[in-house]
Amino acid sequence: MTGTPVPIGVVRFPGTNCDQDVFDAVGSVPGTRPVWLWHKDRDLAGVRAIVLAGGFAYGDYLRAGAIARFSPIMEEVIRFAEAGRPVLGICNGFQILTEAGLLPGALMRNDRLTFISRPQWLRIESTATPFTRHYRSGERVRFPVAHGEGNYIAEPEVLDRLEAEGRVVFRYVDAAGATTKESNPNGSARAIAGIADATGNILGLMPHPDRAMDALVGSDDGVRVFRGLLEAAA
Amino acid sequence: MTRVEVFIQLKPGLLDPQGETLAHALESLGHEGVTELRVGKWITFRLDEPDRTAAEREVREMCERLLANPVIERFQYRLDGDGP
Repeated sequence: MTGTPVPIGVVRFPGTNCDQDVFDAVGSVPGTRPVWLWHKDRDLAGVRAIVLAGGFAYGDYLRAGAIARFSPIMEEVIRFAEAGRPVLGICNGFQILTEAGLLPGALMRNDRLTFISRPQWLRIESTATPFTRHYRSGERVRFPVAHGEGNYIAEPEVLDRLEAEGRVVFRYVDAAGATTKESNPNGSARAIAGIADATGNILGLMPHPDRAMDALVGSDDGVRVFRGLLEAAA
Repeated sequence: MTRVEVFIQLKPGLLDPQGETLAHALESLGHEGVTELRVGKWITFRLDEPDRTAAEREVREMCERLLANPVIERFQYRLDGDGP
């Protein structure tokens, strides 16, 4: 790619802890320029896409994402997302997107109560989002999961609509690509690991593509998420 | 000053793993008659709004916008109750 690098915003709240991983993941794609956005900012600094990184924004007080959702930067992020610009929420970022009402449903305490941190197989269920367009439909990928509250829940009608509209983007599976009780790490409804809004430009997922950027650390399956993000932003 | 108490619980039917674990712990202490244990939140504060109807409206708005998540939780509130 030639020309000016595309600025992509990485939001930092007090308690965000995957900010540097996401910043590096974004910056590893040639043609991008990661830009820090602070939770008190009211200016998106001209960024063309936004990533909400994982962590424990505002200590997860009250509910994960509940307080972050009302921070000054989120007013701008919501406006940006509603204008059809690309927004990616990873882990705590996904929780914030559901609390903000940009994605339906909620993320509850893991059904087995423990915080889970491990590599996790996922199946790509939709390639119709900018973030997954470089994967094959049905492809199996491995991203780490690291969360205590990743149990996705929504009303049955909402789940049916997400399925019917192809908005279930990632599903938890086992190494063979099958959904089993054991392969669902947190009790999520229909083994849902990530969903998109109706336009596909807003994506939230609990697993971490930002921690799957190099085969040296176990997987580089996440690279294509960030390549897709850049193309959507450019 | 109006004394406000807000009670928040997971909706009925939703799995409450914390509640289940606590019920098992009570059982292991010999309390075998415990069923339907749910863990929730109890939030207390004082609100400078002398008008009762306005105070109630404001508290309800707080619950709907921030204190409870309507997807998974239900709330109740009490104004000027006699709790601790």
